[in-house]
Amino acid sequence: MKRDRELLYDLLVVRSVEQEIARRYSEQQMRCPTHLCIGQEATAVGVCAALRPEDVVFSGHRSHGHYLAKGGDLTAMLAELYGRGSGCSAGKGGSMHLVDLSVGFLGAVPIVGSTIPMAVGAALGFLLQKLPRVSVVFFGDAAVEEGVTWESIDFALLERLPVVFVCENNLYSVQTPLSARQPAGRTIAQVAAGHGVETESVDGNDVFAVQRAARAAVDRARAGGGPTFLELATYRHLEHVGPNEDVSLGYRSAEEVEAWRARCPVEHATRVLLERGELDASELDELRRRILRDVRHALELARDAPEAQGSLLSDVFASTVSPIDGDQR
Amino acid sequence: MTRQLTYAAALREGLDLCLQHDSRVYVMGLGVPDAKGLFGSTLDLARVHGSTRVRDMPTAENAMTGVALGSALVGMRPVLTHQRVDFALLAVEQMVNQVAKWHYMFGGQQPVPLVIRMVIGRGWGQGPQHAQSLQAWFAHVPGLKVVMPATPYDAKGLLIASVEDDNPVISLEHRWLYGVSGPVPEGVYRTPIQQARIARSGNDVTVVATSYMVLEALRAADELALRGVSCEVIDLRTVAPLDEATLLESCRKTGRLVVADTGATSFGVGAEIVARSTERCFSDLRAAPARVGLPDCPAPSAPSLAAEYYPRSHAIVQACHRVLGLPAPAPEAASSHPLDVPDPDFTGPF
Repeated sequence: MKRDRELLYDLLVVRSVEQEIARRYSEQQMRCPTHLCIGQEATAVGVCAALRPEDVVFSGHRSHGHYLAKGGDLTAMLAELYGRGSGCSAGKGGSMHLVDLSVGFLGAVPIVGSTIPMAVGAALGFLLQKLPRVSVVFFGDAAVEEGVTWESIDFALLERLPVVFVCENNLYSVQTPLSARQPAGRTIAQVAAGHGVETESVDGNDVFAVQRAARAAVDRARAGGGPTFLELATYRHLEHVGPNEDVSLGYRSAEEVEAWRARCPVEHATRVLLERGELDASELDELRRRILRDVRHALELARDAPEAQGSLLSDVFASTVSPIDGDQR
Repeated sequence: MTRQLTYAAALREGLDLCLQHDSRVYVMGLGVPDAKGLFGSTLDLARVHGSTRVRDMPTAENAMTGVALGSALVGMRPVLTHQRVDFALLAVEQMVNQVAKWHYMFGGQQPVPLVIRMVIGRGWGQGPQHAQSLQAWFAHVPGLKVVMPATPYDAKGLLIASVEDDNPVISLEHRWLYGVSGPVPEGVYRTPIQQARIARSGNDVTVVATSYMVLEALRAADELALRGVSCEVIDLRTVAPLDEATLLESCRKTGRLVVADTGATSFGVGAEIVARSTERCFSDLRAAPARVGLPDCPAPSAPSLAAEYYPRSHAIVQACHRVLGLPAPAPEAASSHPLDVPDPDFTGPF
């Protein structure tokens, strides 16, 4: 568990990173599809705060927040966006394929729902090796439309696996609203609960509530109580992919966006701490300045690193074998 | 004399050894612990090694492939099985997008030691969705190794090599091979991946064959020998990555090439091998190569149609005649046994 001040710090970092990426994206130096999580920071920060370093996380296309909240290296992530050899995936993956094994962030991929079975498999691996670890997967509301999601949840239930399914419901799959994708009159949490998995619905923009719910789910998983499904209500402020606002596209109203901006997760946490007197305005300014300076420094390091080169055909296959009888070959 | 085992028993012994020696190995698939034991290849292993390591699974091919992958990422070495390749098509997303690319797309940090065994085959009216032979699909995807053992020796040797490989390996096993017997040494040994085998050496024409077609090719070679034609039969063993050296060396020697594959001719393994050999040693070839494979239609169920659909040794003889510039051979003699069950003459030893 993290203290509330640490949670706010993490929120400010993720927000600052995403804003700086947005600011620089139009320079066209980061030449890969980039899905920013501005507005959704509390789901990442709250859930990851409930994890131990040895617990593992998988994610989807909008994964910057999850990667950073789990402790992923910022410069390596930015270098990956810049297509540098020092990127976290050596320039092979881009923004949609982040990884940092040193902190248990095992991977993110943009095929919707595709990492859900992998998280279940990691949990199976922990069970088979009798390791007291928990596996977490982040996915969006669209993933509940994929068959693989329910196949995976079924298997996790069958084997009582230590896995937490984190559904960030931001109401849209690209620009298509939930109403065009899922039957009316039921919530995602109801569908999950109907499936038999322990389920909780939480305000995904309240980082404190998210951490509490995640902690309960993680503890339960670690104690052998099986999987939990968390539906976290949240909202993305910017366009599906890219650095811009998108009210002009017409798929959502200015009023809707404004209403959700009023529920900004970073402002919410800031307000709570200011009101409680755990932080004052000048401390906050100083914190923001320091974070911005660090983020800009990381951006410069990443931007100035050499391009990925000479590695096109490397790592298609691992060059190693692991002999079953221990012979060194 | 070396001990003889069936292909199924050789696979079972290979799995048994892997489970015995490496605690990270587990076997998972629909029906793995049941009384039929995946054509005998997993019989009794759950009793010996426990149902945690020799596991049944839900009929959820796509998720379970992701589960196997996820477990491999945290240190396990799964062997996943499918009773037909056709069912595994539900898992193509995981196999093609995730399993194949995981090592490359994250910069080579995470090996994916995962073996996926899938059954291919023909006969007994299996029809359009129980008999496909899709090795070319998998071979087309960078990051997957594709093996097709034809003999009991290689069934065990390639299985152990695949389990030990730190990469995903797709193993395609022909249903008609499970009952074939041949010499199989006891204990741990490996058949190297990406190494073809000269099943019979010869000088006049090279026949490269996959899986069950190796048996048909050997029979064709016997028949051609009666006419004084010396046929070199290469058992490809690994489809991807291709053992180009063995292929080209033989083509240079004989100057003539026939490829016999269990899959579709168009855009298939034969197409790739013919392209490779003509690109690399065109001037050594004395005739246009020929392909033997399946025609451009789904597999039919009726025995009469299937008999026309599946090429047998005679089709290989015909193709060899063509590349050798010999007159067409006499039509195929009527078979003394039904064509929709394994050839009783193909019981081994091979």
